[in-house]
Amino acid sequence: MTTVEEPTGTGARQVRDLVDVRKGEISREIFIDEQIFKAELENLFPRAWLFVGHATQVPNPGDFFSSWMGADPVLLTRDDKGELNVLLNSCRHRGMRVCRYDEGNTLQFTCPYHAWSYSIDGSLVDTPGALHGVPQQKAAYGTNLERQKWGLVRAAKVHNYKGLVFANWDPQAPSFDEYVGDFHWWLDNLADAFDGTEGGTEAYRGVHKWRIRSNWKFVSENFLGDTYHGASTHASVEAVGIGPGGKGKRRHGERQNEGGFSKGRMKTSFRRGHGASDNLAYEVPYPEFAEDDLNDYFVAAWEKRKEKLQAEGRLLGGRGPATLFPNMSFAGGFPRTILVAHPISPTETEVWRWYLVDKSAPENVRDWLRHYYMRYAGPAGMTEQDDMENWDYATEASRGVVARRYPYNYQQGLGQETASDLAGSVHSHHAIAGEVNARAFYRRWAEFVDNLSWPELTELARVDDRATERDADVTDVADGVKVLDAVDVVDGPPAQ
Amino acid sequence: MPIDEALLERVLLLESVSEFLYREADLLDERRYTEWLDMLAEDYQYSVPLRMNVAYGETDAREETRAGREICWFDEGKETMSLRVDQLNTGLHWAEEPVSRVSHLVTNIRLEAIELPEVAVSCRFLVYRNRVADETDFLVGRRKDRLRQVGDSWQVVRRELLLDQSVLLAKNLSIFV
Ligand code: FES
Ligand SMILES: [Fe+2]
Repeated sequence: MTTVEEPTGTGARQVRDLVDVRKGEISREIFIDEQIFKAELENLFPRAWLFVGHATQVPNPGDFFSSWMGADPVLLTRDDKGELNVLLNSCRHRGMRVCRYDEGNTLQFTCPYHAWSYSIDGSLVDTPGALHGVPQQKAAYGTNLERQKWGLVRAAKVHNYKGLVFANWDPQAPSFDEYVGDFHWWLDNLADAFDGTEGGTEAYRGVHKWRIRSNWKFVSENFLGDTYHGASTHASVEAVGIGPGGKGKRRHGERQNEGGFSKGRMKTSFRRGHGASDNLAYEVPYPEFAEDDLNDYFVAAWEKRKEKLQAEGRLLGGRGPATLFPNMSFAGGFPRTILVAHPISPTETEVWRWYLVDKSAPENVRDWLRHYYMRYAGPAGMTEQDDMENWDYATEASRGVVARRYPYNYQQGLGQETASDLAGSVHSHHAIAGEVNARAFYRRWAEFVDNLSWPELTELARVDDRATERDADVTDVADGVKVLDAVDVVDGPPAQ
Repeated sequence: MPIDEALLERVLLLESVSEFLYREADLLDERRYTEWLDMLAEDYQYSVPLRMNVAYGETDAREETRAGREICWFDEGKETMSLRVDQLNTGLHWAEEPVSRVSHLVTNIRLEAIELPEVAVSCRFLVYRNRVADETDFLVGRRKDRLRQVGDSWQVVRRELLLDQSVLLAKNLSIFV
């Protein structure tokens, strides 16, 4: 059990005591405190499944992409058998980062310090990442150096989910599928092509990377369910309009007359900490584009996807922002993008944004989406610029001694959760407000940071204790998946 | 001493270009964005690629993302620039509300090609931003501009910036670099 000293020195406590989801109050300490941050690095990031990169970033044997898992630098590599590996980017001799390139193709990583070399793809040794060359090995070590023991540390588990590559350091961790559960529907909407082709997406080359002066959890929380901030934070974008239709509102072109992006929007919150800002049970077409050729592409893609999903008994919702616990946020629609918040300190974060496009998209679609993504998201994007302002100054203004005595308020929709037929989740029916997802996220976060064992974590997440009432509007669909009927359209801008 | 007419012409051209670029910097720093937009040609193209850390032998192929194909910080035309100006003018754009204090330094100005009515100009930029209290950003790098002579002044037709950061150390790019 992790214990943290009270700032006032009154003794040990659990991190869980700082997260009161019953009252909807969460201590500011968890966004500011050094020791809690250390406990996160120790107990959360090395045990959670973390997004590392997209498989299309390393298409060929010998390709590598540098990434981070929590505060640890890692290398995503493709070996000569076509398999993906995740290796700790730190030399086993004295810790030097063996590779400081962002991407490339190589046979081996040679450490700049004393030149130990590690095979990237296993073609030089048995296992990718194994220690392959040690200068003056005989003279320096005689027969004592057991080279097979001193390869780069490998992630215990690596999982390629439709091109999204995740890794986990903990051999005891549950499988990726178990960790994700029914939340995978949202990952599908991200990773599948606009026409529903499974895993039919690729990452554009170029990952936005930038530093912010906020706690990393502000980022996760924002995308997992904070649709509340859109109207105020993004008022300037609403005013000038940058949506797919080119004019009007931020999401002009989202076929507002058919409900737009807000139709059926509500929160879906998983006991395991994942959350999404919408439900799966509505069929909103793709945006209406000003350009005919784009319209043709997306109308055809939507028709095809609709046919495919309906055959599986599903509707087409679930494109809105979502967060996979703990720090991978994404949206499966417009823009279609992945964001990871890498923790640096309690008040510093490095944010990375990847953008996805259909593998089969023609040049005009590819180019149009690329422009749209850049003007919407990322640090130069007209929408995201304002988010960072909030997170940074919220962090700053929460650092004071007096400020820290007062918890944040997470009481939206408290006690109004309804059961979901997606396993281990509940809904909140208010389309814009509702902090149900954040409460679940922080409860799960505290269970990890308090270092509960995997059996304990699994047991706690087995049943969702938040809602006992079944929702009245449950529609049966094929193969056991049930989805809720779309709720009323609620006025107000959707947000991300 | 006889006057070298060609040299004189070049010096005057450089003087005129420099004057234009300094005036542009002033307009930006004084937040006279609407006037600034008039300095951009209708076919204006602005790109700021991402920079990457790659092996020495791969710099030509990989060091920057390619405008027109890959993800950049910016890769857009005048229409989007106008939208950005509109956004700043709403007074609700919190990333610039309260407004940042900005100084654009333009230096090392060289005429790379003279193909009148257009010229290719290279320079260095240093943009300093101070915001609210202690928020400070330095954006430094190389810039290539293509300018077009319009009457007795110029318009920017194309601008490519190479920012000397692979990870952006500023929280956003809500100012015009
Ligand atoms: S630190 Fe890598 S070889 Fe010594
Ligand atoms: Fe936002």
